Amino acid sequence: MSGPLLSVEGASKRFGGLLAVDGASFTVERGSITGLIGPNGAGKTTLFTLVAGFETLTAGTVCFKGDDLGRMPPHERAKRGITRTFQIVQPFAGLTVRENIAVGAHLRHAARGEALARAEAVAKRVGLGDRLDQPASGLTVAGRKRLELARALATEPTLLLLDEVLAGLNPSEVRDIVPVIREIRDGGVTILMVEHVMQAVMSLCDRVFVLAQGRIIAQGTPTEVTRDPAVVEAYLGHGAAARLASREVARG
Amino acid sequence: MSRSGPVAAYGPILAVALLLAMLPVATSANTILNSMVMALLIALAGQGWNILGGYGGQFSFGHAVFFGTGAYVTALLQARFGVNAYVAFAAGIAAGAMVGTILGYLSFRSGLRGSYFALVTLAFAEVFRILANATAFTGGAAGTLVKLDVRPENFQFSSRAVFFWIALGLVTAVMLGVRFMERSRFGAWLVAVRENEDAARALGVDTLKVKIQAITLSAGVTAAAGGFYVQYFLFIDANLAYGTWISIEALLVPIVGGLGTVFGPLIGAVALHGLAEATKAIAGRIPGIDLALYGSLLVLAIAFAPNGLQGLMAKIGRGLSFGRAP
Amino acid sequence: MFSPEIVTAAVLNGLLTGAVYALVSVALTLVYGVLHIINFAHGATLTAAMFAAYVAWQAGIDPLVAVIGLAPLFFVLGYAVQRWIIGPASHGEDRNILLVTLGLSIVIENVLLATFRSDTRSIDVPYGFSSVDLGFVFLPMPRVIAFGITCVVALLLWILLARTDAGKAIRAVAKDKLGAALVGIDVPHVYAVTFGLGAACLAVAACVLLPSYFVNPRVGNAYVLVAFTVVVLGGMGSVPGAVIGGLFIGIVESLSGLYFGESLGQLGIFLIFILVLLVRPTGLFGARA
Repeated sequence: MSGPLLSVEGASKRFGGLLAVDGASFTVERGSITGLIGPNGAGKTTLFTLVAGFETLTAGTVCFKGDDLGRMPPHERAKRGITRTFQIVQPFAGLTVRENIAVGAHLRHAARGEALARAEAVAKRVGLGDRLDQPASGLTVAGRKRLELARALATEPTLLLLDEVLAGLNPSEVRDIVPVIREIRDGGVTILMVEHVMQAVMSLCDRVFVLAQGRIIAQGTPTEVTRDPAVVEAYLGHGAAARLASREVARG
Repeated sequence: MSRSGPVAAYGPILAVALLLAMLPVATSANTILNSMVMALLIALAGQGWNILGGYGGQFSFGHAVFFGTGAYVTALLQARFGVNAYVAFAAGIAAGAMVGTILGYLSFRSGLRGSYFALVTLAFAEVFRILANATAFTGGAAGTLVKLDVRPENFQFSSRAVFFWIALGLVTAVMLGVRFMERSRFGAWLVAVRENEDAARALGVDTLKVKIQAITLSAGVTAAAGGFYVQYFLFIDANLAYGTWISIEALLVPIVGGLGTVFGPLIGAVALHGLAEATKAIAGRIPGIDLALYGSLLVLAIAFAPNGLQGLMAKIGRGLSFGRAP
Repeated sequence: MFSPEIVTAAVLNGLLTGAVYALVSVALTLVYGVLHIINFAHGATLTAAMFAAYVAWQAGIDPLVAVIGLAPLFFVLGYAVQRWIIGPASHGEDRNILLVTLGLSIVIENVLLATFRSDTRSIDVPYGFSSVDLGFVFLPMPRVIAFGITCVVALLLWILLARTDAGKAIRAVAKDKLGAALVGIDVPHVYAVTFGLGAACLAVAACVLLPSYFVNPRVGNAYVLVAFTVVVLGGMGSVPGAVIGGLFIGIVESLSGLYFGESLGQLGIFLIFILVLLVRPTGLFGARA
């Protein structure tokens, strides 16, 4: 098969007078981990919700495996193989870890026993194997992030959308979960992630798109984009790149 | 819990049913049997509410609309068209379920939840009550009588015990069904909708469809209680069928007994009816005193036992064992 | 068809009824706007207030005088119920609040039933049969008085909300409860005050209703469904919306009673209610969802 797994063309989203996403285009290649970064309020999460189908596009298209998804609702996108996680974790608080993950597993497995068995396997993969019968409400922040990941993974997605799964974790927790994400990719799942933790983006992503004020302003490998003056300006303000450069010259 | 085998899942339900089935052998007192039939009827209506409210988290304040439709269709088909009682009963259930589908489609499609959903169900029940009270076809304010003709083929029995067993059979069947639902994909999805709708959608759950299926099932079960009511009393009018009393009892018993549990509605119904009988014995037949008590219990249950009697028992049990441990 | 005089008379009568609907609805929408809960005990509270006015009348006090004592009394009762029953019992969960207020309404209604039995009662005030002559229509005096008092209460409420510190605190909590708490506003107190204000409005409504209507333990239900309709129509939480909606519904009821007969007048209201809920749950005057 040729062509990217996901291609977003000229995506725009308007909320009343605010243009949150303004003609953004990007692609996600099969088997890659693609990052979507940008300063706060750049429209990353909005772009995410557009891909996952929780909001409808004002203009533009989202194509998955070459098909335009149009106004397809989220649950059908999940069936097609696109599953998202939430930046603010949304556990089924009254259920156990196992039951939480089983909800995801049920998408491809109708039988209860099979779904529960799948849930157990997925839980082990993300390091929740010893907490299967705990209520989800009793998990730590890091535990909930893993649960969010496990539930999405249990739907057996082709494309996994991770919305800041590392936010709110301490450095050692980040270190623990980074290899888990890499293993998921190695297991054949393509990943698109919105992330603020640059250390993780640098080590995980094959390709990065930078979003600022609703537009894609740069793309490339993580190293390339961090050197891009436009990106530095977007994060640090107008003229920042020049100031940094002059400082380096002065020092050099 | 949901991983346990079929014996552990269904055994207790059958055991309780068998135990209760002995009751008419132990006593032939009509007052006790009468009271038990009513308790079972409410348990059935409440189990219907429990499917949507307890498992699905959608609180209806107007389940009378399903109860009443089940009751009126069962009564009218017999009284006006001479249809066989069992056929009429089945049609009543189907009609109730259909009203559920329509109401569910209308309200869930436009995204109603929480208080708004409670309000719209309440209003629907009220519209049905006004219409049934004003239409000649339903007998207007005078109500509809089913002709007394005590024969088993007419779903009429001289023995209270037989009605008791039928009611018990219905309650047991629905409990088994609900247990089956708990252990199915549909059950898992329904609970997911209750816990967090957005997360459920992200995981591929068609939440609108699940909610409509749930309200259809829920309505059908509560409509069965309405149909049974008609066969038991051979009479129905607008205030009995679509009045707020049944909406309240249907939601009260699962909440008191244990929301979203298989045994909740039965436990709640038996406990509340026991209590109501006791109040009547003490306070005499002052109108309203039993309902006033119900209302206080509802408030108390929410304040102190949000998980119902079952949760309360478990809490007390844990408290005792903690007390012993050190 | 009907002559213009009859239609005008129906509209005016509807307006008089609508004013009382507006008052009952303002109380409901105020509580919703601030506490974000639908108070299902609203109807029962109105019934209780009507019985209180009835008892006062039996003791020889005219409802229009009794209102001076009953409004503060119901304010205190409402304050206490919210502060010490609804607030703590609901553990802050919407579903629980729904059920607690439902439970309270059952208790109030049935305690009244046990005390007063289900008989319908009415009172005969001296001005009961006098009327105001507008030339082409006679308007019954009790309802004109009701209209006048309703307008006064609405004005007072507006001044309270718009011009006083207490009103500012209430509006702050309605907008953002966390922010209000952070600047030192006692949120549970404001909740209880709002609930008390709602109950006081109902006491006023009860006192102006009693001379021209009747009272029985279920009478509040008729008003509360109307009030729900009005509030949904006017936009949940919008006080001006409730006033306009109340007047509108009063006229609709009066006109549909004229054209379709008395028994179906209320049916029209419920149908409007369901339709609005299904098509535009944010209300016609578009407050927030």
